[in-house]
Amino acid sequence: MIRVVLPAPLCTLARIEREVALDIDGAVTQRAVIDALEAVHPELRGTIRDYATQRRRPYIRFFACEQDLSHDPPDTPLPEPVVAGVEPYLIVGAMAGG
Amino acid sequence: MSTVRVLVGTRKGAFVLTADGARRQWSVEGPHFAGWEVFHMKGSPADPDRIYAAPGGGWFGQVIQRSDDGGKTWNPVGNEFRYEGDAGTHQWYDGTPHPWEFARVWHLEPTREDPDTVYAGVEDAALFRSSDGGKTWSELPGLRCHGTGAFWQPGAGGLCLHTILLDPQIEGRIYVAISAAGAFRSDDNGASWRPINRGLRSAGIPDEDAAVGHCVHRIVMHPTRPGVLFMQKHWDVMRSEDAGESWREISGNLPSDFGMTIQVHAAEPDTVYVVPIKSDSEHYPPDGRLRVYRSRTGGDEWEALTDGLPQRDCYVNVLRDAMAVDTLDACGVYFGTTGGQVYASPDAGDTWAPIVRDLPAVLSVEVQTLP
Repeated sequence: MIRVVLPAPLCTLARIEREVALDIDGAVTQRAVIDALEAVHPELRGTIRDYATQRRRPYIRFFACEQDLSHDPPDTPLPEPVVAGVEPYLIVGAMAGG
Repeated sequence: MSTVRVLVGTRKGAFVLTADGARRQWSVEGPHFAGWEVFHMKGSPADPDRIYAAPGGGWFGQVIQRSDDGGKTWNPVGNEFRYEGDAGTHQWYDGTPHPWEFARVWHLEPTREDPDTVYAGVEDAALFRSSDGGKTWSELPGLRCHGTGAFWQPGAGGLCLHTILLDPQIEGRIYVAISAAGAFRSDDNGASWRPINRGLRSAGIPDEDAAVGHCVHRIVMHPTRPGVLFMQKHWDVMRSEDAGESWREISGNLPSDFGMTIQVHAAEPDTVYVVPIKSDSEHYPPDGRLRVYRSRTGGDEWEALTDGLPQRDCYVNVLRDAMAVDTLDACGVYFGTTGGQVYASPDAGDTWAPIVRDLPAVLSVEVQTLP
């Protein structure tokens, strides 16, 4: 079971708790996690990745195990503690004014 | 007694303001979608409890929310705005080709007949339609692809389609306006389009009366006389008698003919309202005095309406979608400011009072008149 922590505005949008548990078949990558998240909560489509390009939105960051994974290719396997469900995969609204 | 519901989109959420027909005592609900920029929200004429809203922002992109109970509760619907076919390019600020990229929804326009059918004007400029209550959206590519699209260039606010007018008398006639491309008309439900900018003159473009390239800020019509259009252009207030085939300037004695918004009285087709702004670099009223100007002659002759509005030290703006009217016997006029005030006049502009003073910057104001 993969643990995913979401930013508060997306929790409000999808009416879910901050942490979501996801089952993922196959390789656990950032793309697989977000695909699974959007399949369960389709109202989140387009909010984390741009619909057209599927690229991470500029003010979204992906963290896990005290590492910034935001710039990693989407098919890079996630760290083992995330795969094992020990550590959460963090989807973060970047610190930015506005 | 009638009820008036004012739908207010702001930089940090949406608010619903409600009053009875006297329009003196108001209740304020919100913020809905707290923290999200709400460029626009609008109710369906066919079912006033059906309201569409367009919250978005830099963090999480665009979502569309729908209420089926008059704004009490909301549910997200579809937010995929995908350009049809090869999106191609428009001009970038430096004149180079730039790929068409969806950024946000500027305006939502539900149809008069069907609460499930709604148009969306978006940035980069395109027109979308949903026929299933906002669940799915399809582009009407004839606008973007009619021939001038490759030459459109964004204004300072982006290449945005911000005005959608559905002709209530001529089936299939739609007007849109785009900054900074101009006005366009379709007579076949959006399948084909052509520019309608003859008579516009814009000093900021190389050919002042070019077919496209004009920074149109907003167009309005009166539903009983839809062939007559009123436009607030970047500079100049304009009027067309012939469904946009030609335009003439009606700025007359306005203290500035720069502005963002324009509106028409609900019962008097030749009574028009504007809010003059000092200039395109000084986005506040001339002399620090917030004045709505009203013409009862369809333009050229304007009177300042000041009773109840701040007449000193006022440096707010009124954005393009931030003025609306109700349809009660004494027409109510409403506008919101970038300072977070929403003003209401229950007497067609003669007197004004703030409904609320301290909202986030107001982006849009729409009004529903309920039985």
